[in-house]
Amino acid sequence: QNYIIGAFKPACNISITFGDGKSRKPVPLKKENGQTVMVPLFQSQENIAGKISVEPVSGKKAEHNGIKVELLGQIEMYFDRGNFYDFTSLVRELDVPGEIYERKIYPFEFSTVEMPYETYNGVNVRLRYVLKITISRGYAGSIVEYQDFVVRNYTPPPSINNSIKMEVGIEDCLHIEFEYNKSKYHLKDVIIGKIYFLLVRIKIKNMDLEIRRRESTGSGANTHVETETLAKFELMDGAPVRGESIPIRLFLSPYELTPTYRNINNKFSVKYYLNLVLVDEEDRRYFKQQEITMFRLAETS
Amino acid sequence: MVTTEGMEEEEKWLAEGIAAIQHNAFYMSRALDSDNLREALKYSALLLSELRTSKLSPHKYYDLYMRAFDELRKLEMFFREEDRHGCSVIDLYELVQHAGNILPRLYLLCTVGSVYIKSKEAPAKDILKDLVEMCRGIQHPTRGLFLRSYLAQISRDKLPDLGSEYEGEGDTVMDAVDFVLQNFTEMNKLWVRMQHNGPVRLKEKLEKERSELRDLVGKNLHVLSQIEGVDLEMYKDVVLPRVLEQVVNCKDEIAQYYLMDCIIQVFPDEYHLQTLETLLGACPQLQPAVDVKTVLSRLMERLSNYADSSPEVLPDFLQVEAFAKLSSAIGKVIEAQVDMPVVGAISLFVSLLTFTLRVHPDRLDYVDQVLGACVKKLSSKAKLEDSKATKQVVTLLSAPLEKYTDIVTVLTLSNYPRVMDHLDAGTNKIMATIIIESIMKNDTCVSTADKVEVLFELIKGLIKDLDETATDELDEEDFKEEQNSVARLLHMLYNDEPEEMLKIICTVRKHIMAGGPNRLTFTVPPLAFSALKLIRRLQVQDGDMAGEEVPATPKKIFQLLNEIIEALSSVPASELALRLYLQCAEAANDCELEPIAYEFFTQAFVLYEEEVADSKAQVTAIHLIIGTLQKMTVFGVENRDTLTHKATGYSAKLLKKPDQCRAVYACSHLFWVDDQDGIKDGERVLLCLKRSLRIANAAQQQANVTRGSSGPVTLFVEILNKYLYFFEKGNPQVTPAAIQSLIELIKTEMQSDATTPDTASDAFFSSTLRYIQFQKQKGGLMGEKYSPIKV
Repeated sequence: QNYIIGAFKPACNISITFGDGKSRKPVPLKKENGQTVMVPLFQSQENIAGKISVEPVSGKKAEHNGIKVELLGQIEMYFDRGNFYDFTSLVRELDVPGEIYERKIYPFEFSTVEMPYETYNGVNVRLRYVLKITISRGYAGSIVEYQDFVVRNYTPPPSINNSIKMEVGIEDCLHIEFEYNKSKYHLKDVIIGKIYFLLVRIKIKNMDLEIRRRESTGSGANTHVETETLAKFELMDGAPVRGESIPIRLFLSPYELTPTYRNINNKFSVKYYLNLVLVDEEDRRYFKQQEITMFRLAETS
Repeated sequence: MVTTEGMEEEEKWLAEGIAAIQHNAFYMSRALDSDNLREALKYSALLLSELRTSKLSPHKYYDLYMRAFDELRKLEMFFREEDRHGCSVIDLYELVQHAGNILPRLYLLCTVGSVYIKSKEAPAKDILKDLVEMCRGIQHPTRGLFLRSYLAQISRDKLPDLGSEYEGEGDTVMDAVDFVLQNFTEMNKLWVRMQHNGPVRLKEKLEKERSELRDLVGKNLHVLSQIEGVDLEMYKDVVLPRVLEQVVNCKDEIAQYYLMDCIIQVFPDEYHLQTLETLLGACPQLQPAVDVKTVLSRLMERLSNYADSSPEVLPDFLQVEAFAKLSSAIGKVIEAQVDMPVVGAISLFVSLLTFTLRVHPDRLDYVDQVLGACVKKLSSKAKLEDSKATKQVVTLLSAPLEKYTDIVTVLTLSNYPRVMDHLDAGTNKIMATIIIESIMKNDTCVSTADKVEVLFELIKGLIKDLDETATDELDEEDFKEEQNSVARLLHMLYNDEPEEMLKIICTVRKHIMAGGPNRLTFTVPPLAFSALKLIRRLQVQDGDMAGEEVPATPKKIFQLLNEIIEALSSVPASELALRLYLQCAEAANDCELEPIAYEFFTQAFVLYEEEVADSKAQVTAIHLIIGTLQKMTVFGVENRDTLTHKATGYSAKLLKKPDQCRAVYACSHLFWVDDQDGIKDGERVLLCLKRSLRIANAAQQQANVTRGSSGPVTLFVEILNKYLYFFEKGNPQVTPAAIQSLIELIKTEMQSDATTPDTASDAFFSSTLRYIQFQKQKGGLMGEKYSPIKV
């Protein structure tokens, strides 16, 4: 939309500056065209305020039927591309219909905005926040400008965070007991654990710990599940014998993880799993998958 | 075919691995040069990925490892310089752990860990503990061993040892020891596991590969021994028990053998001495196939060397009762390893004995104890059949002989003969020979009857037939040699005290009499001479006053001698007996014991009459008799007459005329003893000479008849010489006229056609004549005497 108008005749230049833009941390955001841009980062309950400047091109006057700014929280399903579902929509009228002769600055503010969901770019679903400025015009068509921003919500460390401990095995073949120190990890956390080999009758070649992301979209019969392996971390090389214990220490920071999202607006969920995989010499795989909860811890800097 | 192909394949893989390492090393170096941490990590991880291969044998893998190792040194240098990469060592420690593959990850972690410890930003012990723990992720034996050996290598100079810069503030030697011990334990487990990784048919190959890697494991023990802070106390309480625990628990024979040996070699002797009990306690718990005997032998050898090195440590040996502990440990090992062949047990005893001899040479009871234990072990079977074991027993028994050059010491060992009892007859003999040789070599004098008794018990293999069947196969040469050595031995049995000496002789007699006829000819003469020697000594000592109370009287000994020589009749060895009788007679003569001397002569004559049948032997015997008899001074007229009469009689009855002739003229000396009180019966001398002339004549004629020519004139010349002798000695019956006529006779004989010319007798005659000429010309009394004789 933007371009077409721009190509025709960019009647006005619209630019947005956030009030605390200088102190706000810019974060990368991957746009749908594949480009990564740096955008400001917000969290829920924050004030989103700033100024919008509208400047007619080369001193011409621009007529309009009103100018407004909207704050939109949208979910886009890829099987239904282009069709946004707005779960949040706030509007501020900036100007009554009239004419603009020169650059005009409009301050705006959305105070304590409820933004319960985080920005998310998944395989089949996208959740984005955007500021949409619309200069309404009659027949000439409205001028619309978008400004993306990212929302991340921080969670305090959970009060209860049990370890995951489990004994699994195949009878008379392999018995192991594994332990991950927590069930809930923050995004820069480290998974510490141990695997005890209680019985080994197969020749194991190696053992990996995988981090898998399971994104499910839609609901009911239309549920679509996509699983990605984000990390494949080798824990052990060679065949252990009974009684061995193998340490686990996996730093999560190198991986692009998000918090666990449960049933976001009834549209989608993102869950994380630790998958322990043992591969034997005939390349048979033995695995056990455990869900872990990811959360975002406020960064202390 | 398959193997060479396999080897070529392996070479190829190695070459590929090296190429890949070089390739990545190049990019890594470039990254290092441009201070690019991320790139450096990337390429170092790629480089290290080459070590993930399973295709190489340990030997080749080592090659690859060393190349990677060199590259890691450069990386470590880079890590150390924070201003170059701008990353704190703590962050770096995390950063390298992001690598997805475990092997490169852990190599990098160790490398950074080394820098981390050096930075002292965290306690060394924590880092070490973390590293050694994380390395558990590599369960593949070869890769694990090399990784852990890398860890050992980089941490070696960073252990919180006593006096090291990393010690203090909670980092103690104990942490260093813990770390090394843990790494050691894990490495050993991996090493042991190699054995079970792979098909049984490749067992041999696996064992070979394993042994190539053993030093990686042993290195840890070496490191432990180098830690300053490991003092005796810590070694005793921590290091040794934990190392041994691992050794015992791994239940692997190769590892157990190697590690036990390692322990013995790397730690100081002093520690071994103080922890003997613990160390030895582990031995019976080892696998049955472990060569414990070599392990123990090495230990004992080390301890012996230690004892040799400085005499002041000896009290320590006594204090810790080293011998008792070693001894009981050996006992336990033998007990525990039921399948151990006898040879193994014996060689353990040999080692223990060597140890005792070197460390406690003064403790004969220890030596005896070892021998006793050996007897106990051997007692399950009557005779030892295993040739190797037999050899070991010989070594065992020879050891004290070599140590105590004085055989007498050995004789006090009560178990010594009991060990010998278990040897087969052949070896027993060998052993006996060794004992005798030892005595001869060291010129040892065995000086009491009791000891002689023991000695004979030891060498009984040579003294009598132990095993009847074996005698047939005996090589005569060998037998002679053996018996000669026994004969030589008899001369070494000596005591200055006549009484004791007599006892010795009696003892020897008792034993050799049991030896059977074949041996007597060898053993009787030395014994007889030994007895004669004693008689002579008594004679010098006591002179006439030989009291009745003294048990060692010549009389008594003569009786003994008589019996001894009599035994020879059973052989029979009459000529030998005859000689011995004559020797005895001579001795009796010197002791002025006429009846005894007479008795011996009688015996000699009886033998001559009854036993000496061979004419040649008769000649020899008669000359011996004559010679001896001539010397006898003890006889009264009557006895002497009887004996001389007999002797002359026998002489004339010899078979061959020349022999007769010679014996008869020899008899002439019986009537003319050329000393002051000697008998000088000129008439009978002449009688003898005349008789011999007659016989010579007869011999000549006989020859003439039978062969057509008379023999040479040698006999006449010989008789002439006798004439001259007595003439010079002043026998009035021998006149110049008689000599003159004899000379003429010889000349005639020589000119006669019938006489066979003989240069030897001619020469003899002419030199005799020359002698006469000389005497004549010499003048003086003798010249005058000779003057009537014309030549």
